Amino acid sequence: MNQQGQHSIEQAPDASAAPGPLDVAGATDTTPAAPRIRVLVAKPGLDGHDRGAKVVARALRDAGFEVIYTGIRQTPQMIAEAALQEDVDVVGLSILSGAHMTLCPKIIELLRNQGQSHVVVVVGGIVPEEDIPRLQAAGVYAVFGPGATTEAIAATLRQAVAAAQGQ
Amino acid sequence: MRNQDPAQLIAGVRGGDRLRLAQAITWVENEHPRAVELLAALYPCGGGSHIIGVTGAPGSGKSTLVTALARAIRAAGQTVAIVAIDPTSPFTGGAILGDRVRMRALSGDPGVFIRSMATRGSLGGLSKTTGGVITVLDAAGFDRILVETVGVGQAEVEIASTAHTTVVVEAPGLGDEIQAIKAGILEIADLLVVNKADRPGADKTVQALAMMLELDGTHARPRRHHGRLVPDSQAATGTPAHAGQGESRDDARWRVEVLKTVASTEEGVETLRQRIEAHRDWLLETGEWTAREHLRAAHAVEALLRAELERRIRAQWAALDVRALVEAVAQRRQDPYHAAQRLLAGH
Ligand code: B12
Ligand SMILES: Nc1nc2c(ncn2[C@@H]2O[C@H](COP(=O)(O)OP(=O)(O)OP(=O)(O)O)[C@@H](O)[C@H]2O)c(=O)[nH]1
Ligand SMILES: [Mg+2]
Repeated sequence: MNQQGQHSIEQAPDASAAPGPLDVAGATDTTPAAPRIRVLVAKPGLDGHDRGAKVVARALRDAGFEVIYTGIRQTPQMIAEAALQEDVDVVGLSILSGAHMTLCPKIIELLRNQGQSHVVVVVGGIVPEEDIPRLQAAGVYAVFGPGATTEAIAATLRQAVAAAQGQ
Repeated sequence: MRNQDPAQLIAGVRGGDRLRLAQAITWVENEHPRAVELLAALYPCGGGSHIIGVTGAPGSGKSTLVTALARAIRAAGQTVAIVAIDPTSPFTGGAILGDRVRMRALSGDPGVFIRSMATRGSLGGLSKTTGGVITVLDAAGFDRILVETVGVGQAEVEIASTAHTTVVVEAPGLGDEIQAIKAGILEIADLLVVNKADRPGADKTVQALAMMLELDGTHARPRRHHGRLVPDSQAATGTPAHAGQGESRDDARWRVEVLKTVASTEEGVETLRQRIEAHRDWLLETGEWTAREHLRAAHAVEALLRAELERRIRAQWAALDVRALVEAVAQRRQDPYHAAQRLLAGH
């Protein structure tokens, strides 16, 4: 892992974390804490490759996100329902089965129809290069393939959520 | 775009709009500047939900049991909300909320609403805003609210002052020999469940728990006095479980039972639901419901008071050089007792 990567993983605790008993560093900071970003990590379809989803869930937790992990074999309806009940900022789909072109637009459509067009949708897994622009055209914010670093994923999500909230 | 208008969120919560319900919960969880407005408007609409706490050791099967219980509640024709709490990492402020993995059997049911929460620094097995979230779900009109605590050991008994009925879940093989030290958590139980009854050793666990209840003598949950747990022998008079009272009073006691379930096959879960209902009936018939409402109110007010006092004290620090004060204590030029007093006094 590169030096930059090391740094952002071992960053000081999130500034929004609860203050300690005598949090001297934060003692003069009385501004309200920034709300934590909530991310739904879900695996739609029938593929059982859950290693990547679990790795990403853990990495995002370590980067200070609240990750709602739903496990494998989720239907688009189940994912949209969980996104609504949990009022998430981001839906992260992990797809290694090749079914991304049918699953992603369906999920994005369900989110829109239920009033959640502000939710950022990202995709990870095995996606052929030529499909990436098509997914983006369908409303996917970013696609992460094998080897994507935690730093890149976390930074992209923070940026996307900030942009979506600024709208 | 998210909703920014409290009036619309309030109307949404009351009117069954699930998106606005979810957004109202987020306001409460994030302590949004206008969340108090929202909660103040919703609080008077509440009081109709039966709040059921489900607590127990990590991996004992709480989420699986909550799912099975929610299905039984739905089959009985009632609506149900679930609040599932998982720990926040103290190092990063992040969390993995994984209870939903077990709850897929509830998806697609409009009579169910599931929300995951992180503890965000709280230590009692719940999060600081769980009470507020329950207020919102109560006002939304759910018949039953199931609250799954983080996997707890023995000190995290906050659920007992949040729920009307507390279910403590054990599982065989979690170490029968350490049962005795778990007294703290057993004492908050209105119902004890030995889940994973399909596993070897279940009967031994049931026996061990029954024996502990026997030793306790009363089979009854200890009384609470001014919001604190007190041993039975010291309980205030006029409460049904007090020793040495007449037969009729004795009959009015709630007897803690040990039930066996296999949450993964739903075996024994309908019986558990019925016993939870029996506990609710008992609460209402004996007046204990009102007593627990008082306890819950006292707990809520005390928690908010504590939070507000802490906030005010911290706000005062802005005017003080706390760092220098701490430095002085570290170098033993100042003692911590007087340092704390100075911070409190604001000079
Ligand atoms: C390990 C593995 C398995 C394991 C899975 C174990 C598990 N529980 O996960 C086993 C052996 C079970 C398996 C089985 C199969 N596999 Co397989 N498997 C792989 C392999 C070698 C590695 C996947 C992996 O775990 N990588 C490590 C993780 C950490 O990386 P990752 O998942 O890519 O995740 C990263 C990014 O993609 C991204 N990411 C992923 N998810 C998410 C989510 C979010 C929100 C974000 C932001 C980012 C993100 O970030 C992660 C970190 O960088 C890949 C080949 C490959 N090199 O990718 C084939 C591969 C995925 N498998 C493949 C196939 C075909 C199968 C089988 C159908 C084989 C068969 N005929 O039986 C079965 C199907 C199993 C099933 N039920 O679905 C194909 C898929 C082809 C396709 N999509 O067109 C692949 C690509 C191999 C190949 N080249 O043919 N497999
Ligand atoms: N054999 C058996 N396994 C069960 C039973 N109930 C739950 N399990 C399994 O026990 C494991 C843990 O179950 P959960 O429901 O996640 O337990 P939990 O108490 O919610 O766990 P935490 O939330 O992590 O504390 C899972 O693998 C379940 O499938 C049961 O009755 N019998
Ligand atoms: Mg659980």
